[in-house]
Formats: sequence, structure tokens, C-alpha cells
Amino acid sequence: MVIAQETAGWQELLSEQLKLVGESLPTLLSGTAITVELTICLLLLGFTLAVPVALGQIYGPAPLRWLMGAYERFFRAIPILVLLVFFVFGLKVNLPAFLSAALVFGVHSSAYQSQIFRGAIQSISLGQISAARAIGLTRLQAIRYIVLPQAFRLAIPAWSNEYSSVLKDTSFAFTVGLVELNQRAVQIANYPTHHDKVFALFFTVAIIYLILTTLGTRLLEMIERRFRIPGLTVHTGAAHSHG
Amino acid sequence: MASEFLVRIHDLHKRYGHEEVLKGVSLNVRPGETKAIIGPSGTGKSTMLRCINRLTDPDQGQIWLESTEVTAHGVDLNKIRQQIGFVFQDFNLFQHLTALDNVRLGLMKVKNMPKDRATELALYELKRVGLEHKANAYPNQLSGGQQQRVSIARALAMEPKLMLFDEPTSALDPELIGEVLKVMKTLADEGMTMLIVTHELGFARSVCDEIIFMEKGFIVEQGSPEQLFNNPKQPRTREFLSKLSELYGESPA
Amino acid sequence: MSWETLCQNFAEDSFWRLACDSVPKISQGTLLTIEITFAAIAIGFVFGLLLALGRVYGNRPIYALCSGYVHFVRGTPLLVQLLIIYYGLPSFEIRLDPVLAGIIGLGINSAAYQAEYFRGAIQSIRAGQMQAALAIGMSRPQAIRSIILPQALRLVIPPWSNELIYTLKYSSAVSFLAVDELYWTGHHIAVKTYRYFDVYLIIAFIYLALVLILTKIIDKIEDRLRIPGLEIKH
Repeated sequence: MVIAQETAGWQELLSEQLKLVGESLPTLLSGTAITVELTICLLLLGFTLAVPVALGQIYGPAPLRWLMGAYERFFRAIPILVLLVFFVFGLKVNLPAFLSAALVFGVHSSAYQSQIFRGAIQSISLGQISAARAIGLTRLQAIRYIVLPQAFRLAIPAWSNEYSSVLKDTSFAFTVGLVELNQRAVQIANYPTHHDKVFALFFTVAIIYLILTTLGTRLLEMIERRFRIPGLTVHTGAAHSHG
Repeated sequence: MASEFLVRIHDLHKRYGHEEVLKGVSLNVRPGETKAIIGPSGTGKSTMLRCINRLTDPDQGQIWLESTEVTAHGVDLNKIRQQIGFVFQDFNLFQHLTALDNVRLGLMKVKNMPKDRATELALYELKRVGLEHKANAYPNQLSGGQQQRVSIARALAMEPKLMLFDEPTSALDPELIGEVLKVMKTLADEGMTMLIVTHELGFARSVCDEIIFMEKGFIVEQGSPEQLFNNPKQPRTREFLSKLSELYGESPA
Repeated sequence: MSWETLCQNFAEDSFWRLACDSVPKISQGTLLTIEITFAAIAIGFVFGLLLALGRVYGNRPIYALCSGYVHFVRGTPLLVQLLIIYYGLPSFEIRLDPVLAGIIGLGINSAAYQAEYFRGAIQSIRAGQMQAALAIGMSRPQAIRSIILPQALRLVIPPWSNELIYTLKYSSAVSFLAVDELYWTGHHIAVKTYRYFDVYLIIAFIYLALVLILTKIIDKIEDRLRIPGLEIKH
């Protein structure tokens, strides 16, 4: 008798929670669009900054190397939350939330991406550059036509981790006022009538993120295979992505 | 004034840290000559070769390619390097490019040749080394000997006046050495000017006009193959040659 | 002389006055950040090691379970995991204290990442090591405990040390549960004093200092435990 009651309780709880998920789904999906847009923008910005930073660290004169190294270490050591609030509240930069988030996340990601590209560039043997110079290519041409095409290919697996990492990090964008996927769920959960009924809601949010990370990683795997060149692969330990 | 020499090297010095690897080397090469540089490892042979196209910068001394001083300040290195083919011990084929693209890249990017013309020329060079059928293979799909032949084609495509070979067969399995030496012999027969750092004494003897024995940063002895192999003047040369024939069971004499 | 009177030596509204006044609160917050970080890493270490063993040596169901866990956690944001634990679990009448929820959330998150490092290290030990252990009569668990793990755990230190730094930085996410760790303490002070720039600068530099100190400690540990010839080859 007691057990039957318990079961009924669970069923009621489940249907109540799923109902909330159903009602919230359109809101969550429009939040998902913002999350995806932000991820793409910040990755592009990060990429644009990271390539010169990596090249500066490897081929630049000593002061530039030091500067780029400091840039990388600084942005890697400070939590993204602190960077976000420092930019918006500390520096009082008044931009639309999406733009603020894209800028801060982009710069933060550029530090990680530059480390990825630096590793890939440094894994290419110096003989490649010697051979390029020996047929008369300039230093810049050697980097452009020989080093970077190889480095970008080698960097894809690590870069795929960075994608997954920044996608998850975008859940911190609420600190600059952006209402993306996770924050939409938080707002729904904050309705007084929804208290204690949001397990399924947040679980759904988690699943959406899981789908996004998995899809993106698969896509990058496909790209990596598409551009793979026999013998030109990199073997590393477990690469990291966090968030 | 036109010189009778294609390459003149005068009093070349190079040091790495405390170690002086070149202690004043002078050498002249006439057009069409093939010279082999032999000697123990780590005696500056490769360094000298790399100084000629300035992949390594000498500390002191001059090098001329015809009437251009390669070692002069402000010289257009890329112009000079176009005229000098360089073949590396470990091939250094561009790993992300096919054999055809390896040969074609310099033509298109350095000589600004249109793609179809560059392709035509690259295929011709690949044919010269017997690899036109491997045009679309990536370096890792080729054997070591094939890779080295592609790298020779890559250098030849730039139509160099001089070819430098830095131990071109040292990284190869014994059974692959022959195909590379054969290509090099053909080149010598066609009148290409070549400087070859090598341990292949048999090849040096049969193909080269002159043998240069280097040790400890100096040229110890130089002369025709007959003279140097049959009748070395310096005791050190004799010692080196006998050691080599012990090692490889091969007597160049 | 109390701390407050000491701080009055600095000019009103100066950066150093603010910094001085904040020392008691910020040091408490820093301490809590360190405590949360180490507690989470400890949970993650034990749990992560079990997950790694499950993925390398487990039978099919255990392998699938451990892999599923690792993929789920690595594929979803830490913040969402914390929200599930803190706001979601009350659906099942499980209510956790914010600090505890934070430590558990950060710990089970870290476990998934640590598991991947452990797995990589275990799989990098040559198969001959296990065979040699079995050949002298050890059981499989014995071989794992006495032969494989001592080698794998040494190998894992350099990549694993990244995980410590990540956990330290991401402990700031626990602030979302209103836990007064370093970031949230700073946030309070900033809101109260309107000195956002100064306060966040201080907070940023404390994180920077903690990261640098942690890196140094790890380097020391690594040096002490190094065995000649046992290194990950690149």
C-alpha cells in the first residue's frame, strides 16, 4: 500500500517535471541559438588573435616572444568569470551583452588556441622550413605555405577540445547579462511555483549541451579526416577540455 | 668580369658556441664539375654546404656564386637560393603536399609561374627521376629512395646552376641507395655542377671529378679520385680510408 | 592594534586602503576556495581512478557505465551540473548545503577529467609490464596495484597538474550557489564599495598567484617522484 502510494508520487513528480520541460522547450531552444552563435563568434575571434600570438611566440624577436607568452599565461590563469566581470564592471565597458561576451570569451579562448597552434607549429620539423628556404621561399612564404597548412591539420583534435570547452564556458555569459541557454533555464527555475520541480529541466539543458558538444566534435572529426594526409598525424595524451 | 669558377669559397669560418666547426676552408668549383666531400662525421662538411646557400650563416669568409657574393650584406638570399638546389639527408619533403605539389610549389610561389606551366615542368622533372607515376602520392606513401628522388626533382625544377647534396643516401636502407645514386650519376653526366657530401666512396670514385677529404674543420687533402684513393698523401686520409673499408668491407681502390 | 586601525594608515579611498580593509574577508574567501578545490580534487582523484580502471579493465557493462559517465560530464557545463545537484535534487527531497553541493559538483566533474588522464597513463604502460607481473605469480588486481598504478601515477603528473589548475579556476563557479569563496567574496565587496575595478583586479591577481604557487608545488612533487627512464615519450 505504502509502496503503491510512493510509486504514484514518483509518477506525478515525473509528469509534472516533464510538463515544465515541454512548456520551456521553445524558450530553451531560442537560448540554444544564442549559445551557438556566441560559441561561433568567440571561436572565430579567438582564432584570429591566436594565430599571430602563436607565430609571435615562435618566430618573433625576444621582447615580442615574452609579451605573447605573458598574454597567454595571464589569460589562462584567471577564471573566465573574473575576466567577464572585470571587463564589464571593472573597466565599465558598455557594450551590448552579446558583444561583451564574445570579446571576453574570444580573448580568453585566444590564449588557449595560441597554445594549441604553438604546439602544432613546434611539432613540425625545422627541416621543413630549411627545405622551403632552400628553394627560395621567403620566411613568410615558408610559414604561409609549409608551416601553417601542416600545423592547422595537426591542431584539429586539440582544437576540437577547445570548441567543447568554450561551448560549456558560455554558460557563464549570464554575468555580463546575456540570457543564453543555461540562463533561460535558471530564469524558469526561479519562478516560485517551479521550486523543487526543476531536475528534469536542468537535465534537459545538460542534454542539449551534450548534443552540441558531441555534434561539434563529430563534425571536426569529419573535417580532420577529410583533410588528413597520410603520415601527417599527431599522437598526444588525453587532451583537455573543461567547463 | 666573368670568373672561370661557378663557386668560390674563401677562408670560411663557423663556430657553434665554443666549438669551431669550420676553421678556414677555401674551395673553388668550375661549371660542370662534380666534387665529393668525404670525411668523418661532425667535421663541418654539412656546415660548409649549408653556408653556400646561407641556410647557415658563416662567421667569417666569403662565398661567391659566379660574380655575386653570397656572403655580402643585403644580398637577396631568395634569388641566390633559387639558383642553388639543395638535397637534404632526411629529404624534408613538404609533408602536406603530394610529390607533384612539392615540385610545383617553388615554381608557382617563387618563380610566379602559372599553374599549368608549373605542372608541366614539375611532371617533366618527376619523369627525369623516374617518378611521374607517383605524382599524386604523399611523402609518407613513398619509400625513402622515392622521397629522395622527389626532393631532387624539387631542387631541379628551379633550374639551379649548382646542386648541393648533403649525405643524400645516409638515411636510406641499403637496397634503396642505388636508385638515388643512379639519378645523381645521370645528372653528373648531363653536366650539372654538383657538390656532394657522402660516405659512398664507390660512387664518389666513379662519378666525381675531385674528392675532398675534410676533417676537424679543415680540408686535409683534395685531388682526383685515383690520386686520393690510390695514393693519399696525408696519413690521416689513409687512416680514414682504411677505417671505412674495414667498416663497409668496400674498397674504393 | 587592530587590523582596522592599521588600515587607517592608508589614505581614505586609496587602493591600498581598500585592499587592506578587504584582507580579512578576502583571506577567508581564498581559504574557502583552496578548501573547496582540494576537497573536489580528492573526490575526483578517487572517483576518477575508479572510472579509469573501469574503462581499461572493466567488463562490458562496467566499461559502458564508466564511459557514459565520462562523456556526459565532459560534454556538459560544470554550472549546469551544479544546478542539477543544488536545484534539481530537491525534487527528490535531497537538499544539500551549498558548500557541500559545490564540492560534490566540482568533485564529480573533476573525476571525469582526471579519469581521462589516468586512463591515458595506464594505457601507456607497456603490456609486457602486466605480463611480467602475472608471470611471477601476481593476480591481476595485485599487478594493477603494485606494478601498473605506481608507474601510471608518476606518468600522469604533468597532464594531471593541468586539472588541478582548472579545478582551482572553475571553483569560482560555486559562487553561483552563493558560496562565499574568493570570487563571490570579491563580488560582494565590489558591489558594496562600488570599487569594481580595484576589487576584481585584486581577485584576479590572487587567482594568478594561486595558480603560480600550485604550479611550483607540482613541479617539486614531480621532481621528487621522477624515476630515470620512466617518462612519457613525445
